[in-house]
Amino acid sequence: MDRQFLIVSTICFFAAVVRTIVALRAGIFRPGQFNFLAIGLGFIFQTAFLSIRGHALGRCPLTNLFEVFIFVAWSVALIYMLVGPAYRLSLMGAFTAPLVVLLQGFALIAPIDIRHPVRLPANPWLEFHASISLVAYGAFALACIAGVMYLVQERQLKTHQLRSVFYHLPPLTDLFAAITRLLWWGFALYTLGLVSGFFVGQPLPYVQMVCASAVWLLYAAILQGRHLRRLAPKHVAALCIIGFTAALTLLWGITFTAQMPSPP
Amino acid sequence: MNLFCVGLSHHTANVETRERFAGHAETDCILRAAGCAEALLLTTCNRVEVYGASEERVSTDEIARCLVRKVDNKTEEYALPFYRYEDTRCVQHLFRVASGLDSMVVGESEILGQAKKAYESARASGAAGPCLHRLFQRAFHVAKQVRTHTDITRGSVSVGSVAVDLAQRIFGQLGNCKVLVLGAGETSERTARALVSRGVTDLRVSNRSSDRAEELARLVGGQAVRFDEWPSQCREIDILITSTSSETPLLTPENLSAMLRNRVDRPLFIIDIAVPRDVDPSVNEMEAVYLYDIDSLQSVAEQSLALRRQQIAAAEAIITEHVAAFGKSISHRLDCNAPPSTEDRALGETPLRTSES
Repeated sequence: MDRQFLIVSTICFFAAVVRTIVALRAGIFRPGQFNFLAIGLGFIFQTAFLSIRGHALGRCPLTNLFEVFIFVAWSVALIYMLVGPAYRLSLMGAFTAPLVVLLQGFALIAPIDIRHPVRLPANPWLEFHASISLVAYGAFALACIAGVMYLVQERQLKTHQLRSVFYHLPPLTDLFAAITRLLWWGFALYTLGLVSGFFVGQPLPYVQMVCASAVWLLYAAILQGRHLRRLAPKHVAALCIIGFTAALTLLWGITFTAQMPSPP
Repeated sequence: MNLFCVGLSHHTANVETRERFAGHAETDCILRAAGCAEALLLTTCNRVEVYGASEERVSTDEIARCLVRKVDNKTEEYALPFYRYEDTRCVQHLFRVASGLDSMVVGESEILGQAKKAYESARASGAAGPCLHRLFQRAFHVAKQVRTHTDITRGSVSVGSVAVDLAQRIFGQLGNCKVLVLGAGETSERTARALVSRGVTDLRVSNRSSDRAEELARLVGGQAVRFDEWPSQCREIDILITSTSSETPLLTPENLSAMLRNRVDRPLFIIDIAVPRDVDPSVNEMEAVYLYDIDSLQSVAEQSLALRRQQIAAAEAIITEHVAAFGKSISHRLDCNAPPSTEDRALGETPLRTSES
């Protein structure tokens, strides 16, 4: 039953992607209300899925890679709903929907929804640690998307080839301001998640600690480079994309190792 | 009631002919005396058109006579350059005109304001009645819809406005931007004025002749800067407009990188409208520097025009839909005096405010 909600949610996000592609082909690149509505509906179904799964598990649904991917996709949609309209980045929806479709599509197709043989006990600190870290991933994902938008806009300005999309993307300085804010929000949430990991009452696996610290250091370095003005906006945008790709890969690694049976 | 449009435009007549038939203050009255129950004169630099409604057909020649500014002996030529559209084709033509599809620069929006002004004038004089009221209200609604749902007005099509548009695409609000105008030529002045009109308040002008710099600074509300001080200004500014008569480039990657040290996160937009160019083209390769010379600005203007032309089909589709709906609503009622339906009201038609006329 819960997977059906997820399928409907993926269809909603996919509809937003199709709409964008059709608009692009017609040369009318306009986000409009449809994208926001489709993403909003998709978000509602995502929330319904997580809620049902959470009730069934009796805890925050973050017990396997499948649930982690869906939670990241939900965080991306959540941050978009909060940030997109506020920063007038309505076009961000056109870039957000494909990422969510990829995450959810992969989660639905790949055989990664493996239930734990035993019911995992609820641990509020562990759940807080995991969920807040994944919401931070949502902010990093949006920073990555804003980074893609920045590079698209920058490339067109540099080459003097201005396509229809150029007139619908936000100004470069606004995009860079959004990237910076998203990075700071993501970093603050991730730090909170990392610190809360020390209170879970059980030792975290060494690999997880190393991977989580690597992600934290990577974003700290990007922010420091930005703060000290050592990095040009274009490089910050590119690093946001590289950073999120690396963070997602490490997240996979973390979750995968956490699912492996412990040595006797 | 027969709806018609008789006119001439840049497509059919040269400026001399358009001047000859530009109409005058009494044209509305003469048209009504000639048999038009309702009449509206739309005159712009590119077109002279009469929109009318009459029970009996009023000949094109008769309307041409009403439009002529000075009576001359060339009476036999009156109707020659005129086109005439009736009923559905008249409706379609007006919708195209109001949407900017029939304009010399496709998608320009000035025509909509001119059409509104012409309508207001005809309404105030009592020359426009219920038929033209409905027709024009619907035309304004269609024009708005075309502008909202297509990219027909996107992009700028003149060098000055392209420069300003690009500046807004880089910086967003221009209120906080610092601008340096290097060389006080005519194009620089136009571009500077366009930037000021979009909110720029900090504008500096530097020229070899300090008198000319001060004069331009006064004209655009900026401040004059000595010519030997412009390199130091480059550290602070966001937009540089350059049009000096220098034979060698004033800005090269070498001297600019020294000027821009420690300003990695602030973009610099350079508009080089000098020929020969004042800025070495390789400056565009520098981080966060966006260089546009006169050719690239022209190229962007042409891209915008091409983009607008691509949108014509989408705009025509919207117009066709509205022409059919308008024709249906008129034929349903068979009478322009009937009040507009709920659907018509939703599409922008309101009852004619006769009390104001």
